[in-house]
Amino acid sequence: MTRLLGYQVRNVLRSRWLAAYALFFLLVTDALLRFGGDDGKVLLGLGNVTLLVVPLVGLVFGTTALYEARPFTELLLAQPVGRGQLFAALYGGLALPTAAAYVLGAGLPFALHGVPSGHGASLLVLLGAGALLTGVFVALAFLVALRTDDRARGLGAAVGLWLALALLYDGGVLLLLAVFGDHALERPLLAAMLANPVDLARVLLLLRFDGAALLGYTGAVFARFFGGPGALVAAALLLAWVAVPAAFGARAFRRKDF
Amino acid sequence: MLEISGLTKSFGRLPVLRGVDLTVGRGRVTAVLGPNGAGKSTLIKAVLGLTRPDAGTIRLGGVPIAGPGAAGHAHRARIGYMPQLAAFPAHLTGAELIAMLRDLRGAPAAGDDPLVEALALAPHLGKPLGTLSGGTRQKVNAVLALLFRPDLLILDEPTAGLDPVSSGVLKDRVLAERAAGCTVVVTSHVLSEVEELADDVAFLVDGRVRYAGPVEALLRETRQTRLERAVAQLMRGAPAPAAEAAA
Repeated sequence: MTRLLGYQVRNVLRSRWLAAYALFFLLVTDALLRFGGDDGKVLLGLGNVTLLVVPLVGLVFGTTALYEARPFTELLLAQPVGRGQLFAALYGGLALPTAAAYVLGAGLPFALHGVPSGHGASLLVLLGAGALLTGVFVALAFLVALRTDDRARGLGAAVGLWLALALLYDGGVLLLLAVFGDHALERPLLAAMLANPVDLARVLLLLRFDGAALLGYTGAVFARFFGGPGALVAAALLLAWVAVPAAFGARAFRRKDF
Repeated sequence: MLEISGLTKSFGRLPVLRGVDLTVGRGRVTAVLGPNGAGKSTLIKAVLGLTRPDAGTIRLGGVPIAGPGAAGHAHRARIGYMPQLAAFPAHLTGAELIAMLRDLRGAPAAGDDPLVEALALAPHLGKPLGTLSGGTRQKVNAVLALLFRPDLLILDEPTAGLDPVSSGVLKDRVLAERAAGCTVVVTSHVLSEVEELADDVAFLVDGRVRYAGPVEALLRETRQTRLERAVAQLMRGAPAPAAEAAA
């Protein structure tokens, strides 16, 4: 399995879009560091870009890669290799280099300009959350692509998922608050946040930044609820958000008729 | 070598295989023919393990490989598969792809396959596969299928996209493998190619085997001299010749 993973990683590392993705975060971070004002704002700005871009890229790269690899996947399935192993190699072969490209692109400018004093841990949390989000959304992309044989519909569903989770979700939560403002809504809100990995990542960042600048309403609720160990809980849940879709993806892959 | 019995498969409500019974003899070349949608691809995918049949069994050399009691995936080391579409990871080289398949099969790093030289492929093996022409990728495809000296060779439209010289080289190699005892299953729309290669024909219509038997028997019983005419007669729905048992 590790050898197969090695070939997949090698193939992805040589592709131009991965370099472009790393370069994008390199330029954004560099620009924020040069013109972004104080250190906390740089990290917040980078956090906001991460929460929008990483899910989109994970979904689009993930679905496109799986559709493009379909004929080759069939050739590999005809070899003496288990489907579970093959799925792990395909998933890891895409998620690992993509996460590495994000960490490298967003992290390198800090290495050059110097990490803002007192924000080292926050930077690590941000890069870790971005890497985890990559794992989440590549897994979701694989799940979508395995469930939908039609490429256009699959890509559409992936972009729709991004719209829903990264953009519309918080709007919906705010709308609920406005409508049911006079009820106790903490529990439903918490449940709503567990159901969205982007919100979980947002909570991780928000807890680091002391809730000072709001990245979204749901995040603030979560921060108040969990207090100190909240970051650990959010990180553990985000890990579950990687593991569960990946497990469902592996199941769909094992059962699929190619 | 390959025994298929009672194989059925539906996709949703659409039945594609409706009880296929077919025996492919060892050391023979069997062409799977039939109109579009007859179930040829699904049948081949079931043999390869890409698609799971709803019912029925497939045995390879007596060992069940699909259906009740089917073994894992070790038997696939005995199968060489040349898909119709030669699509490979764009940024790997041909040499890396060959190394990858060797790793997957745990095969010893034997020397280059003679096909690499015969197809003049060596100068292209160091280039990224995405930069190769369709014909050159198809040559890589052929090498991958034959590299491991399989007992069962499955070729899906093998000469599509190949120039006449390469096509001839590949066909000669397939016949040489057959002479060495390899069992070959081939699909092709080029009936002259089938005539050149095949000992037996399995003709599928609507997910069932309409005819299975030696090519000569088919020609004799349809009173034709060319396979194309004989197949046309089968497609028009003339009563199937009684040679099925000859398979």
